[in-house]
Amino acid sequence: MLSPTGNTGDAVFRILMLIAALLMVAIVVAMVIALATDSMLSIRQFGFRFLTSQRWDPIKGEFGALPFIYGTVASSLIALLISVPFSLGIAVFLVEQAPRYIARPVGFLVELLAAIPSVVYGLWGIFVLAPFLRQYVEPALAKWFGWLPFFRGSITGIGLLTGGIILAIMVTPIISAVVRDVLAAVPGSQREAALALGATKWEMIRVVLVNGAPGIAGAVILGLGRALGETMAVTMVIGNRPEISLSLFEPSYTIASAIANEFTEATGDLYVSALVELGLILFLVTFIVNGIARLLVWNVTRGTGGVGKAA
Amino acid sequence: MSVSTRSFQLVAWIAVLILGFVALACNGGGSGSVSLQGAGASFPNPLYQKWLSEYGHHQPNVKIDYQSIGSGGGIKQLKEQTVDFGASDAPMKDEDLKSAPGEILHIPTVLGAVVITYNLQGVTQPLRFSPEVITDIFLGKIKKWNDPKIAADNPGVTLPGGDITVVHRSDSSGTSAVFTDYLSKVSPEWKEKVGAGTSPSWPIGLGGKGNEGVTGQVKNTPNTIGYVELAYAVQNKLPVAQVKNSSGSYITPSIDTVVAAASASAANTPDDLRVSITNAAGPQAYPISSYTYILVYKNQKDAVKGKVLVDFLWWGIHDGEGFAKALQYAPLPDDIVKRAEGKINSITANGAALRK
Repeated sequence: MLSPTGNTGDAVFRILMLIAALLMVAIVVAMVIALATDSMLSIRQFGFRFLTSQRWDPIKGEFGALPFIYGTVASSLIALLISVPFSLGIAVFLVEQAPRYIARPVGFLVELLAAIPSVVYGLWGIFVLAPFLRQYVEPALAKWFGWLPFFRGSITGIGLLTGGIILAIMVTPIISAVVRDVLAAVPGSQREAALALGATKWEMIRVVLVNGAPGIAGAVILGLGRALGETMAVTMVIGNRPEISLSLFEPSYTIASAIANEFTEATGDLYVSALVELGLILFLVTFIVNGIARLLVWNVTRGTGGVGKAA
Repeated sequence: MSVSTRSFQLVAWIAVLILGFVALACNGGGSGSVSLQGAGASFPNPLYQKWLSEYGHHQPNVKIDYQSIGSGGGIKQLKEQTVDFGASDAPMKDEDLKSAPGEILHIPTVLGAVVITYNLQGVTQPLRFSPEVITDIFLGKIKKWNDPKIAADNPGVTLPGGDITVVHRSDSSGTSAVFTDYLSKVSPEWKEKVGAGTSPSWPIGLGGKGNEGVTGQVKNTPNTIGYVELAYAVQNKLPVAQVKNSSGSYITPSIDTVVAAASASAANTPDDLRVSITNAAGPQAYPISSYTYILVYKNQKDAVKGKVLVDFLWWGIHDGEGFAKALQYAPLPDDIVKRAEGKINSITANGAALRK
């Protein structure tokens, strides 16, 4: 009676699904409204300067978000630069090369990495990764690439680079798991066709990768989302200093870390409002970065009739 | 079809049974029990949890919960009257007190201290610092460990020549507030450039999250210096520096020297007990010490809850103090206990005193 097919069950199901979908949209809209109203005080006080100022001094009541925006975007980019090649490698190995008895347990272990709580990554970062980077990796980088502005400054093992690496480790399981599913979804006939035309294994894998490109891009965007919003692990190794420096050895600060660090003890309406505005900015940054990523994907994949729209 | 229907029914029955048990369990407390909610500072949380469990044995009909969400959150929730008591390390500011819906009392519970810890290879005896040196290190003016100013405080110690790496708290914290309050008292330059607060804008250094974050970075990085709570430093056996107090003696932080700072400041503690005891006078006073407070409304809306709260506070500053030392908190000096008693006695509900 409710539906054109006359099936009440279908209609109820459709309405339930519609409610679920609308609820999601409503939650996003409500969050933006809540963030915007709660940050009104700070928006009025600082206006556009909030986005360009580099001063963050709660005692004197001066707030500027630029160092946090920089830290968030830079650490996420470093994470992707490291993680994407690794993730593709893992996925290609698992789908195209590894025998089943290896692919299964390795795939399972990679997925297990995604389930480790981020605070554990953070503690591991402080006690294992940071000393390792300080003793071996950063001195080597300074020695060989010290002519670049990115690898100068005092070596402490804590800073933007360490934050980026820990993020890379955290997003790799997500990206590689999704890419693996995407590659597995590429029809076997594609592989057979490539091989039949005389392609080498490497050329065949390239065909598979091109076919899966939209899905791979979706996986990268998923990983990027996690990197932008990750809080606990990054906080423990990034140094938490609201300063912009080209050097990857210097401490930095991300938006999510700042909110987590300062919200609990924030007193004074303006301070709280500035922190909420940081939240609003993180929302916008995520939105913009995702938008750019999707635009890139759209540009790259136009014309290739890819499969596996996994994301 | 019939199988899945049957299993669905089974699940439904199990759900109903579980809900029933939960409902029973919730009513299990029976009538006559009173529950209180508190929230605030994380520094005294281990002690308050101990108090709550001990007091629970003592008064089985009373259930008190404490959420350690931070001093700022505690003050906010108290002002919004979503909790029965708040807790804060630093006393509330005048404007915060004014904007509250009623008069708020500060009941001191215990004392804590902030200690300076460091990682210097080859140095075995405790380092000594004068206030000027601490300020200059945290301002970034002293950059090397073998700076003559540090050497002057530490005759006979061979200091390495490495760069100093400063580690501070990245999360806003009462520990930072006490430390910067001290620096603001001993250095006009610090007061003007940085000031005192839970989340100051540090001139230099790395930020670690929580006591464990600062400790982790100090322990793992040579040539670092940082500050943590006394209790945390003792439990983790960190190297701890002696600090020169206003009488000119180098004092090792300990429960006794913290109590000495409180006793020395007792005479000039104001009537509302809101006081900073950093840089206290007194030959044995450790200069980076502070009270921590429970915050309550002077006029309680609910006489039954108010009575329970008042009895709990009374128990806390008397019997409760006995648990302090084992957890590395300094108990209140006797004269402050007397004055806190006066505060508790002044709490009323609808005009009638709750302790008679």
